[in-house]
Amino acid sequence: MKKLVSTAFASLALFCMSTAALAAPPIKIGALFAVTGPASFLGEPERNTAQMVVDEINKAGGVKGRKLELITYDTGGDATKAVQLANKLVKNDQVVAIIGPSTTGDTMAVIPVVEKAQVPLISCSAGIKITEPVKKWVFKTAQNDTLAVARIYEQLKKEKKSKVAILTVSDSFGSSGREQLKALAKHFGIQIVSDDTYGPKDTDMTPQLTKIKSAKPDAIICWGTNPGPAVIARNAKQLGLAIPLYMSHGVSSKKFIELAGDAAEGIRLPSGKVLVADLLPKSDKQKGSLLAFIKDYQNHYRAEGDHFGGHAWDAMMLLKGAIERGGDTPAGIRNALEATRNFAGIGGVFSYSAKDHAGLTKDAFTLVEVRKKDWVLVK
Amino acid sequence: MELLNQVTQFVISGLATGSIYALIGLSFAIIFNSTGIINFAQGEFVMLGGVLTIFSLNVLQLPLAAAIVVAVAVTTVIGILFERLAIRPLKNATPLALIIITIGMSILIRGVVMLLWGKDTQALPAFSGTDPITVAGATLLPQHLWIFGVTVMVIVGCRLFFNHTISGKAMRACSFNRRAANLVGISVGRMVLFSFVISAAVGSLAGVIIAPLTMTAYDVGVMLGLKGFCAAIMGGMGSGLGTVLGGLILGTLESLGAGLISSGYKDAIAFFILLLILFIRPQGLFKKGETERV
Repeated sequence: MKKLVSTAFASLALFCMSTAALAAPPIKIGALFAVTGPASFLGEPERNTAQMVVDEINKAGGVKGRKLELITYDTGGDATKAVQLANKLVKNDQVVAIIGPSTTGDTMAVIPVVEKAQVPLISCSAGIKITEPVKKWVFKTAQNDTLAVARIYEQLKKEKKSKVAILTVSDSFGSSGREQLKALAKHFGIQIVSDDTYGPKDTDMTPQLTKIKSAKPDAIICWGTNPGPAVIARNAKQLGLAIPLYMSHGVSSKKFIELAGDAAEGIRLPSGKVLVADLLPKSDKQKGSLLAFIKDYQNHYRAEGDHFGGHAWDAMMLLKGAIERGGDTPAGIRNALEATRNFAGIGGVFSYSAKDHAGLTKDAFTLVEVRKKDWVLVK
Repeated sequence: MELLNQVTQFVISGLATGSIYALIGLSFAIIFNSTGIINFAQGEFVMLGGVLTIFSLNVLQLPLAAAIVVAVAVTTVIGILFERLAIRPLKNATPLALIIITIGMSILIRGVVMLLWGKDTQALPAFSGTDPITVAGATLLPQHLWIFGVTVMVIVGCRLFFNHTISGKAMRACSFNRRAANLVGISVGRMVLFSFVISAAVGSLAGVIIAPLTMTAYDVGVMLGLKGFCAAIMGGMGSGLGTVLGGLILGTLESLGAGLISSGYKDAIAFFILLLILFIRPQGLFKKGETERV
């Protein structure tokens, strides 16, 4: 009996030791987000979401039994700082992959660093030049502006409207949108009758709208992020414009409705599906992911998850899948990422390939309209 | 006719924006005149006006009028603290050093507001509805009338104060010659404090009345401050009416430029004209050249 007890203890001790030895160090993942500065409206929800996803994964036992460790740095939306921090992640922290940065400018600056160090990067910014041409180590989750433009033009074509006026903000988001609006117009048989811009800090856009009014367009498309578009919505109401107003996905959050107030009524915009998750049909492949993301975000932060946070959710989940299938080396993760097919995330259904590191189609966007201070789907 | 209506709209929009520039320009000029420094935290007073009103309205649940009074009062107290803690202790500092201190102060105020109230843009409800009013083929909002009204009141108030009260005259005396003012028994220190009080109050009032139109956030002060500074320069950094006209001209030019020429060059047009004025009439549009007495 005594012998049995001692053997039991010995084996128990041995078991404990062995599990301690087996618990491998966590897998280190780097994250670069613009948590402060002008792009903080992107960076903050992204950082929150990434941390939330990592916590959830670890709570559920990690990836193949190994915990994840997220090392987050704040770029402040400054490309120089982003490069320094990317170097730090690669050299000092020795991460196996990086998610972020939040803005196209930061991402473009960081690309040479990760290409040289051969570490996969999943960017959360939208600029088309990030993945065109394809770079071996760079992927992205945010939808291309082209897809949003295509979604609006498709609707206009359906309604047989061909003359549009565009009003874009004079920063990188607006000028990228302006380029795509002009580039795709011909393909959809759209004629741009007026092309105006406004400054990101401008407080009155009635001059531009007065000019647009006299050009008599069938629709106005405005490309910007808060608060500009809200000012434009109010100005349009002031001038009594009866022309349909389309916004970009840059304002697809409740904040826009709050800022524009009554003037938001009837405004349409292309948006990621996260805004209207509960309105989607059951057959929608993304519905499960969307509802899970919204519920988790609500539990963690007592706030509504938006599609910016969704970019980080997608990046983390894609990475998790890639580590499960490809192992914990940068090269293994990269190859597994490139082989990802039909991953239904927040931003859309991702299918990466050797020729496509953006992975989405225009179905990633759905057109919504503001009615009674809430979103409805445009049929 | 169509063009005429358009131009009317441009001018009305421009005058509304210009009134704000004028108010901010005026508050720049008030401090400059009594201290010889340019207070680059002026834009932050404007921002505080809007942000504090929204805070009093939403969090403290005060009625709108009380919220505005609280916001202007708190900003004025901040102006006083600013002068007492950062400007006065430096007895023999050069104007350049003081200007750099004001830049530091503006960064500090912006940072504190960001930490306390976050980075989101917020809107203040309009004082009297949002139904547009049609005037000569152009439209404006009731809020624009508030802006015009308050601007006129502040200008008249400043004029009365500076020309017809002992304190106002004493402040002007300081601006002409501090040493002489001191010799005739004017407390220069008190006048400097006074100028901060008036300037913070005017700046924050400007912030309050535009918040329903343009919305507000921790960082709106930078651009508004810059435009107000331009207005003050155009007016020659002193004469009250000159600054007001400077602001109105700047606003109208911006609006006409955006509407008739190109919206992309809107700011460029305004700043180009500012440069022209600085080259041709460095003393400002409406100021007679100063004669230096030996």
